Amino acid sequence: MSPFLEVNDLVMQRSGIQVLEISHLAVEKGQTLAVIGPNGAGKSTLLLGLAGLLTPTSGEICLQGQAIQLKDLLAYRRRIGLVLQDALLLDTSVYNNLASGLRFRGLPKAEIKPRVSLWASRLGIDHLLSRPARQISGGEAQRASLARAFALQPELLLLDEPFSALDAPTRTRLLSDLQALLEDTRITTVFITHDLDEALMLGDQVAVLLGGRLRQVGTSEEVFATPSDSDVAAFVGVETIIPGQVLSSQDGQVRVEAQGNQFAAIGEAAPGRPVYLCLRPEDITLWLKEEAKPAHSSARNHLAGRVSRLSQQGPLVRVVVDCGFLLTALITRTSAHEMDLAEGSLVEATFKASAVHLIGR
Amino acid sequence: MEMIWDGIRQAFQLIFGADADVWEITLLSLKVSGLATAISLVIGLPLGTWLALGRFRGRGLSLSIVNTGMALPPVVVGLAISILLWRSGPLGDLHLIYTPAAIVIAQTVIAAPVVTGLTAAALQQLDPRLRLQLLGLGASRWQMVMALWQEARLPLLAALMAAFGSVISEVGASMMVGGNIRHQTRVLTTAIVLETGKGEFARAIALSIILLLLAFLVNLGLTTIQQRSARH
Repeated sequence: MSPFLEVNDLVMQRSGIQVLEISHLAVEKGQTLAVIGPNGAGKSTLLLGLAGLLTPTSGEICLQGQAIQLKDLLAYRRRIGLVLQDALLLDTSVYNNLASGLRFRGLPKAEIKPRVSLWASRLGIDHLLSRPARQISGGEAQRASLARAFALQPELLLLDEPFSALDAPTRTRLLSDLQALLEDTRITTVFITHDLDEALMLGDQVAVLLGGRLRQVGTSEEVFATPSDSDVAAFVGVETIIPGQVLSSQDGQVRVEAQGNQFAAIGEAAPGRPVYLCLRPEDITLWLKEEAKPAHSSARNHLAGRVSRLSQQGPLVRVVVDCGFLLTALITRTSAHEMDLAEGSLVEATFKASAVHLIGR
Repeated sequence: MEMIWDGIRQAFQLIFGADADVWEITLLSLKVSGLATAISLVIGLPLGTWLALGRFRGRGLSLSIVNTGMALPPVVVGLAISILLWRSGPLGDLHLIYTPAAIVIAQTVIAAPVVTGLTAAALQQLDPRLRLQLLGLGASRWQMVMALWQEARLPLLAALMAAFGSVISEVGASMMVGGNIRHQTRVLTTAIVLETGKGEFARAIALSIILLLLAFLVNLGLTTIQQRSARH
């Protein structure tokens, strides 16, 4: 069976310049694909192509096995839901905004009303329905934009950085609400972002887009833990990702169990909550196993392991340590030389509680 | 001074005394300029929309031409339409010169660029991504255009009133193609010119007051619209 959404040999241009070339990309039914990449990587171009709003130079996009027909883009666009970076609400009531897509499809009033009410309440904006859209806050507007797309019950939901214009607390709340909605509805979704946390939280699969090309597609653990090349590694930054579970949380101190180890982290998290522990390679210090460590070290996390790979990266050395899972550290060439590190060396990795970044999964 | 006060007093008598001539002239003015504005809307709204949203070669040049057209001197329009409609002219067989229809045509030529240019400006002020969002919501081309008009409804209404304001007060073209014939093509502006020339200041003042009142109402409408949009 073919995937729910499939892209083959897609080439797209903007103002005559090729900005995107994707040989193959597939999203399975009910999955969320997070596409990450820096500004100008071609993410939005990809999304506009998937939305039938920008015509590919060549290649094909198939939804449920049917290729998009250029002569019938309207029918295709009525199968998708689109949410952009800015809510772009119409200058009318919030209700009319939520109803707009349904009205374009010619649905009778009796069908529109319950759908609008349902999605307004699921996004927590039912009390705003009679308000003019110009008078609600940015976060509320983005909720309205999401409700407007969900109300269409689309086969495919396309989200283009829907949170990047929001302030941090608003973004966090909306992000976890959206996570719950996607899990609940299982709408097949393509989610564009330049934010790694968002990609981790929402994406079943993560695709890294750099310079108009897909550099890696895989689960978030795969992409972040084993970047396919140094460009991807440099972009994702965080390289060690361990799925775990919160044991306890008190006074800003969190204990997390992961891969048979206990870790200390800083922050707040409900006990029992599944999380990802994210570690940046530059936050990890390596010691030789028999070496005496300074007693005053404030690092509260210690892991024993064996060096499984060493690679040069400019003035630095990337060291992959097998501690039951793969941990990546970045150390200077000088210290690698002093420690006489080689593949198979027994080492101890230490890092501070504040170096552990927790993300809900 | 005496003459002015006398004129104003007599003017109010003419206005409120239901002077048949004064009302006939006012009504014709409203009919002719209203019709010209309506035709301009039918031409200018789609044309302005096409210029604002379309992607074609020469779009910038077309917009410049339309914007120049917004400042067409009425006498030049009057001359051009006179030549066209003259008995021996290219459209002479239609026998339209010195009829209300001729004034409507001339005023349409004046008002259509105003509606077109202001429509294009109103739509270009909208966020260009709004079009993508509307299409992404499943709007057909026509539904998208309707939604954009709805979104720009205040500036579009302002465009319409600006067009009406420009034709109700123009005199050159109406005089040249209409001929200011009593009971046939005499409108407010041409009548004011005539009465002033005859020294009939009371009538001229009465007609002027009506014209000013119409202009005031148009501007009141415009201001209200602008204030309402400024509040958002």
